[in-house]
This record gives sequence, structure tokens and C-alpha cells, in this order.
Amino acid sequence: MRASLFITCYNDTLYPETGRAVVRLLERLGVEVEFRAAQTCCGQMHANTGFRTEAYSQAKRLVRLYQDAETVVIPSSSCVAMIRDQYSGLIEELGNQELREQFAALLPRVYELSEFLIDRLGVDDVGAYFPHRVTYHASCHGLRALGLGDRPFRLLAKVRGLELVALENLDRCCGFGGTFSIKNAEVSSAMLSTKLLDVQKTGAEYCTALDNSCLMHLGGALHRQFAAMKTVHLAEILASTEADLMETTP
Amino acid sequence: MRPPANEGHPVLDPVLAAPFPQAAFTVLRNTQLRKNVAHATDVIQGKRNRLVAEKADWQELRSAASAVRTHVLENLGHYLEQFEERCTAAGGTVHWAKDAAEARAIILDILREEQASEVIKIKTMTSAEIQLNPAIEAAGIKAFETDLAEIILQLGDDEPSHIVVPALHVNRTQVREIFARKMNLPELSDDPKELTAAARTFLREKFLRVPTAISGANFLIAETGSVVIVESEGNGRMCLTLPRTMITLAGIEKVIPRFHDLEIMLQVLARSATGERMNPYSSLWTGVTPGDGPQRFHVVLLDNGRSDILARRGERQTLKCIRCGACQNTCPVYRQTGGHAYGSPYAGPIGAILTPQLMHLEHAQTLPYASSLCGACYEVCPVKINIPEVLIDLRAQVTDKERDEERRFFDPMYLGMRIANFIFASAGRFRLAQRMGRLGLRLFTRNDGWIHSLPSLGARWTMTRDLRGLPDETFREWWAARDRKGE
Repeated sequence: MRASLFITCYNDTLYPETGRAVVRLLERLGVEVEFRAAQTCCGQMHANTGFRTEAYSQAKRLVRLYQDAETVVIPSSSCVAMIRDQYSGLIEELGNQELREQFAALLPRVYELSEFLIDRLGVDDVGAYFPHRVTYHASCHGLRALGLGDRPFRLLAKVRGLELVALENLDRCCGFGGTFSIKNAEVSSAMLSTKLLDVQKTGAEYCTALDNSCLMHLGGALHRQFAAMKTVHLAEILASTEADLMETTP
Repeated sequence: MRPPANEGHPVLDPVLAAPFPQAAFTVLRNTQLRKNVAHATDVIQGKRNRLVAEKADWQELRSAASAVRTHVLENLGHYLEQFEERCTAAGGTVHWAKDAAEARAIILDILREEQASEVIKIKTMTSAEIQLNPAIEAAGIKAFETDLAEIILQLGDDEPSHIVVPALHVNRTQVREIFARKMNLPELSDDPKELTAAARTFLREKFLRVPTAISGANFLIAETGSVVIVESEGNGRMCLTLPRTMITLAGIEKVIPRFHDLEIMLQVLARSATGERMNPYSSLWTGVTPGDGPQRFHVVLLDNGRSDILARRGERQTLKCIRCGACQNTCPVYRQTGGHAYGSPYAGPIGAILTPQLMHLEHAQTLPYASSLCGACYEVCPVKINIPEVLIDLRAQVTDKERDEERRFFDPMYLGMRIANFIFASAGRFRLAQRMGRLGLRLFTRNDGWIHSLPSLGARWTMTRDLRGLPDETFREWWAARDRKGE
């Protein structure tokens, strides 16, 4: 099986360790991973801020780039949601018939990481080892737009050494919301402080998720507060084994 | 950012209200209000969730309710004419108002004709939308709200903050203070029984004295020409039985085709709005009935921008709303700020899409951005309005309108978005930008590898959050190096 990794612009730049973990994990599971260097961004930031033409030009780039890919794996639920929920509208309005057909053909081959593992590869035990107390934050896009359901929990349940602590109010947003965190920084921060009450109550050592954007938000506040908790993308937990422990990052 | 100068009385006029971020900035410091809002929304949402969970066919009910509302909007002209015809045949008088000013003028004319010096009111957000009370007062007529929450607000010189529970931001202790002062009852306790008894005594006398009433409408039934009001306190029922004259103000989108559509609509409304299987009072009336209830009956059908919303395919779904307020209770933004920050009687997610459209996007342009797009509103909406989708549509309209304005050219957000688009159009440019960003941010990165403070728009992030400094190697650099090593 071949998987083309769409790393996403911010993982590429800010969280390369997540990308390295996805590669390590998928290769361990026998998947041949490729990375197309022409990739940049899915267009989510532009679309959600109201820049439709710009979002469309990035959507067009992405659809053309992955036309012949067997599968596309994306370790970011909000970027997958962008492709699933917004591309068709953008392409309908601004694209041509050829692009519409290319997109329709590509769409069923686009997977969020946990979907790829469970639905496409059919594994929930990826042989991971992570001896820590962990809580899982369901990002809004993963929870509602993608309907990831119990997939992340099935994966976490099979990680050896991991103690999972349930997060209360799992369905509540952390307040990131992309440019919302800038345009409405005060409200975003208020939402974050409410979310952190639940997160810190778990007493977990790590808070994990399938989207580094929420984790950047939560992790940024935890770091500011010198809290005894770090954030880590689920891919990094799943990539970690006894022989090959998770990389340490600042 | 500085708090607005007019601190104090909430402004619910989108023309005058402060932009959302600025209004929110002020309100977030009101810890009492935030506690009240969080508590009240928790209670209502908890009840709603329990009652929705007990309906095995909730999703089917939602689909059915959504289908009724969609069908109405696609045939709105037909059903409105049918309503007018049947209501008129039953002895009612139907008026058409194209905007708020026209609606106010129609209502004032009726009140003058009635020689009214006082009027009693059933809770209606549409009345707040057209700012009816100030107009009535200016004409020398006294308006008395009869809904308990509205009495609290009227006596407390406050404004509604929620479409179903307008005084949700006020707690029991505050209600006691308002009643004790305004009803001159210094001995009053904050026992809910005592508070309602005080309101009851206060109201009884008005019900018996005032012969003219104003209501909104939950639904208008085209088939029968009837008006439907659902409520919990019985004040509506009093206003519908005792007065001589009733004036109903309703948005044109409130119509439903048939009497039996209520079977679906009342089920989803009660469960979504107040977390009840059925609301305590459902009143239906059709024109006038000799010897029973008001003998003069007027309906004012209000457009006020609704036709324009109807004309837009993507945004039309906004008008499916049945004003249950479920989106407000679940919204993580509303739960922090309450309703006043939205500068409109329609707060929360539905307000964030409805208000700017009613204002033709000339005011309230910051409201479509007052959302993290978390999707909780869409999930609970009993008529399946895809609020996040409409929010994004409206953001695009705001952007299209603003982007060509000269003063926006160097606006950091617009400039940043244009530059980002230029960068994302080519992988070469993106690689270069990554390298330059890494070098640039190194200036701000402390020796723990984190950024604690950034200038310009970045300061909006670092005001409460750190940011990890950019790693020495991007993913694509790592991949290229690995490829070269031939791993």
C-alpha cells in the first residue's frame, strides 16, 4: 500500500516531529510512504477568514497534485474537514468541470490519520508503547465534521503502558479557531481558560489530539503557566515503541 | 484595546453597538455575568440533552422539521398570501411592513386608533428588533412587559441577552434587588416563590386594567390563518384573553403550511428551547371569536431585510430558525460573553448570522467572525441550519466588500493573507518563507526554545499563550535529507 503524506503547512513548519512520527508509524506497518515536495497548504486559513479566491487556488493546487495518489494521509483533522466540507463549494463556484471530476475522484482516497489506520489498514493495535498518563482532546473538526467517533480511543486503548484519563466536556472547543484566536483574542483566551480547567483536572502528563492546531493553543497556555503537562500529537504516541521511544522536543 | 465609552447600559442596536471584540472585551471582565451565563446555559443545555436523548427518532424529527421550514421558504409568497386570506376571513386585519420604521408606524397608528395610553406585551424579540418600546414610549404610551424575564429587564433598565431566556445573565439575588427597589418591597427575599408572587401581584393589576396587547408569534399557520404562541408562565394566555385588542408582530418567515405541522414543530421547539417535552402553555387563535378574547386583531408581517436573505441561496437557511436558542446555550463563545456583546436582540450563533444580514452587512460585520467554527450550533439546531457554513459565506462577503478599500491595503490581516496566498502558490516560495520565518522568529525565541512575546498581530496570540520557536529543520528538509541518504 502506498500513502502520500500531506503534512499540512503548519505541521511542516512548526511540528515536523509529527510528520516524522507518521512516517515512522506507517512504515512500521508496512506502508510505503511518499512525500510530494510541491505541496503547501490546503487553503483552510484563507477559506475560514473569508478569502475564497485564495482558498480556491490552494484547493486547485492540492487536487491536481494528488490526482494519481493511491491514498492521501493527513495528520490534521481540520485540514481534512476543509477538503471534505469546503472544497466542493469552492470548486463548484470557481472551478471547471475537469477539476470537479478530479476532486470527486480524489475525495474517497483522502484519509485523516486515525481513519487511515482503522478504516483502510484495519489495525487498532499499532504496537506502540508509551508509559504515561494521557488525556485525549477531541478537536471540533475531528469530532463533528469528520465524526471520528471511537477511532482515537481504540488506538489509545492498545498502546502499552498508557493510562488514559477521560476529559470532561470532551465536546467543548478549546477556543483556537484559526484567525479567531487573533481577531477575538480575548474571547478565545476565555474559552481556553475554561477548557484548561477540565484538561488540568485530569492530572495527565500529556494531552493528545489529532490536530496540532488545538494542541498549539492548549500547549501554548500550558507552557505559559509552567503547568506540569505537555501536548503531543497522537501520531507521536503511536509511533513510540519500547525500542524507539518518542523524540523529546522543547 | 480600550473598553467602549458607553459602558453601562447594553446597546442592542447594531447600528450603534461596538464591534464584537470590543464589546466582548468589556463584558469578559464581568465575572458575575459570566458565572450567571455559564450556570444558566449549563442547566438548560443539560435538560435539553436529556430530553433529546430520550427521543430515539430525534434525527428523523430534525429532518422533518428542517423539511417543513425549507419547503416554506421555497414557497413563502404562497403561504403568506394564504395566511393573509384565511386570517382576514376569520376577522383579523393583516398589515405588511417592509422595514422596522414601517412596522413601528403601523403599530403606533393602531394604538392611536385604540386611544391607548398603556399596552401590555408578551415577550417578542421581533419587537426588540424594530425597537418598538422606545417608539411607543416616545408617543406617550406606556408599555408593560408581562414575561417574568422581561419584567426583570424592564424594571432593571437592562436589555435581553438570550432569545428564549432574556434575563439569563441575571441571577436570583439581582432579581430580588431589582424587585425590592422598583416594586418598593424592602422585605422581599430571594426565594423564587416570593419573587414570582411579587411579579404576579405586579402584573395582575395590569392584566385587568390594560385593554391593548402586543405579541410576537412562534408560528403563523397558513392553512387556518392562526397564530401560535408558546410560553411557560401563562402571561401570554392572559394577554390573549383579557384585552380588547391584540396586535401581533411577526417576521414573514414565521409561517408554516398546515395545522398538523405543529406536531413536529412543537416537539422540536420545546425540547430544544427549554428542555421540556411540551411547553406549559400553547395558545392558538384564529382571527376574532365573538365573546371570546380580543375582538380586534391585527397582524403585522415584517420583512425588514428578510426578502433579501431569502434571495440568497446559501444564506436562505438562516430563515429556517424557530428561535429555540439551543445554539446559544451550546455555543462556547456565547457561554463566555452572554448576549449583550452581540449588540443585537439576536445573540449567539444565530445572531451572528442573522443580524449582519438584517443589516445588509452595513453594520455588525464583526459578528460572522465571533465564532471558532466549532460546529456545536449546527449539531443541536432542530431545523439543521448549517450555521458554520453561513458564517463562512458571510465572512467571504465581508472580505469581498472590505478588501478593495484603500485603508485596508496595509491592514496587517489583509496584507498577511495576500502574502500568504502568494507564498502558498509555490513550494519554492514556501520553502524560502519557512527559512526566513525561522530566522526572523529566532529574534523572539528565548533560550528555552519558546516565544513569549511577539509584535503586531502576533501579540494577540502571545497575550495569553506562548508559541514554540520554529524547529531548526522543517519536515520537508528532513524528508529531503533522508531521501539523499537513501534510507
